[in-house]
Amino acid sequence: MTATTATAVATRGLAGRAGNLLRDVLLVFAREISPELRVPIGLVLGMLQPLIFLVLFGPLLGGMPGVGDSHWQWFVPGILVMIGLFGSGAAGYSVIVEAGGGSLERMLVTPVSRAAMLIGRTLKEGLTLLVQGVLITLVMAPFGLRIHPAGVAAGLALLVATGIGIGSLSFALALAAKRTPSVFWAVQQFAQFPLLLSSGVLLPVEAGPSWLAAVSRVNPVTYVVEAERALFAGDLTAPEVAYGTLAAAAIAAVGLALGIRGMRRASL
Amino acid sequence: MIHARGLTRHFRVKGETVEAVRGIDIDVAEGELVAFLGPNGAGKSTSLRMLTTLLPPTAGTATVAGCDIRTDPPGARRRIGYIGQGRGAGDAFRVRDELLFQGRFHGMRRAEARRRADELLAALELDGVAKRVASTLSGGQRRRLDIALGLMHRPELLFLDEPSTGLDPHSRANLWQHILRLREEYGTTIFLTTHYLDEADTMAERVMIIDHGRVIADDTPERLKADLAGDLITVTVGKGEAARAAEIAARIPTAHEITTARQASEASGPSAAPQDGPDEGADTVTFRVKNGPAVLPELVRALDAAGLWTVATEIRRPTLDDVFLALTGRSLRESDRTQEGA
Repeated sequence: MTATTATAVATRGLAGRAGNLLRDVLLVFAREISPELRVPIGLVLGMLQPLIFLVLFGPLLGGMPGVGDSHWQWFVPGILVMIGLFGSGAAGYSVIVEAGGGSLERMLVTPVSRAAMLIGRTLKEGLTLLVQGVLITLVMAPFGLRIHPAGVAAGLALLVATGIGIGSLSFALALAAKRTPSVFWAVQQFAQFPLLLSSGVLLPVEAGPSWLAAVSRVNPVTYVVEAERALFAGDLTAPEVAYGTLAAAAIAAVGLALGIRGMRRASL
Repeated sequence: MIHARGLTRHFRVKGETVEAVRGIDIDVAEGELVAFLGPNGAGKSTSLRMLTTLLPPTAGTATVAGCDIRTDPPGARRRIGYIGQGRGAGDAFRVRDELLFQGRFHGMRRAEARRRADELLAALELDGVAKRVASTLSGGQRRRLDIALGLMHRPELLFLDEPSTGLDPHSRANLWQHILRLREEYGTTIFLTTHYLDEADTMAERVMIIDHGRVIADDTPERLKADLAGDLITVTVGKGEAARAAEIAARIPTAHEITTARQASEASGPSAAPQDGPDEGADTVTFRVKNGPAVLPELVRALDAAGLWTVATEIRRPTLDDVFLALTGRSLRESDRTQEGA
């Protein structure tokens, strides 16, 4: 029985393995999204803080030097990246809950690919982020956010890639924190605010001291924010878009690599 | 079904190496029901986590259901069922959905998973809560859902980690009814950990006793009790006759731990003082022996022949706790209280 299984696996080859992985990814994704479809808690929670900034902070930017003639055009793309940082960044908490409860352990003893267990979860974060991005964009349109359809579409795609990377990093952190929510939150908060503030989401970094501008240059999120602003302005060929795409791809690649490694090694 | 050799697991805790499991050998044949009994922290769960591919061993080898846990974890995962200590279903998920996904995770087709889920929901009396979210179930219902999740893919080998911990007696009995029926119907091999003495005693065909990461005994509960503990016989004789009675008892080949005691009028000591005994009081002789029920009449005849008057007799059959006490010098109940956690 073992011998026949081994040959079957060998002859099925790469295409078969990819097919199995895809099937597993979709299954994990379908499970993760099912409670969200009934009660979209994650969707709302992830938007809460960014919405507060949009309502209580955004209006202060009117007439601020460095934000251009329309401050919403400048601020909204940054807020979308902020949702990615906050919402997807907190995604790992669900893994802490599942590890503490026992359901993660139960699923780790099924033949589902460990990589799929991670990718399926990050895809749910990606989809949540996409819906949040569309909602914010539509809500802000009446307030003076000009919609360039191609730019918005490309901007949201970039956002989803970034969110998948940050979500994966969050899962990797959660798996490393081993059922200890306090460790998870401490590291997550410690990472999220410096990344946010030095990326120029809230205020133009160029107006600050040169050391802060230098910090901003080594923060990959900065490039994503600048690319989002160019894309929402309808400028698909700006050099910022190329840099931003590279940064988002790097965040996604590093995040997925660490996340998959964490899930493969997960022994709880 | 399970073959493990020298299975070992060390943990690093604050710079120190903790040897949780120290080279255990396990052999479980198809269809057996084996219980792993030991105090908390003895290494039961760690062993189980290695056998179920959740934890890589530090050293040693094991095959479960024909698959090597080191080289073919996916193969092992396909064939085994695992019901852990925690709650298998996610809080926010619906009961039936979790079962369907579990079936799909095991490669079942959608229609097949649906059929199997409904079958299990009915068998485990969960059909009334199929559409409810797992967090709204009672403790007993959640445990039954855990069992259903572990059985979705009809595993040939089922691991249960402390299956009845935290359940009330009624739910416990109900749970065991389901486990035993499953075994009868499908011949499933079952390996479970427990620290409940009576559970290991009455349910398991074979008990492996583990302490400090080592297997210290492995046999049927009956043989363990007979060989390692034996029946406790207490004979009450006339006042001042205990020493002579003890001499006679010592002639029985398997008699050991012979002690004598003066029976105070307040009736202290392990044996029940007969209310209608001689007014002068009585002495008792207590000893352990193999096959007590057959030995006792012989002893009474021997005492008679020696002219000693037997006032009362008592046999106490041993428990697995007596076995543990004989092996380790500690009571399993005490060990549980002093070794919290892990």
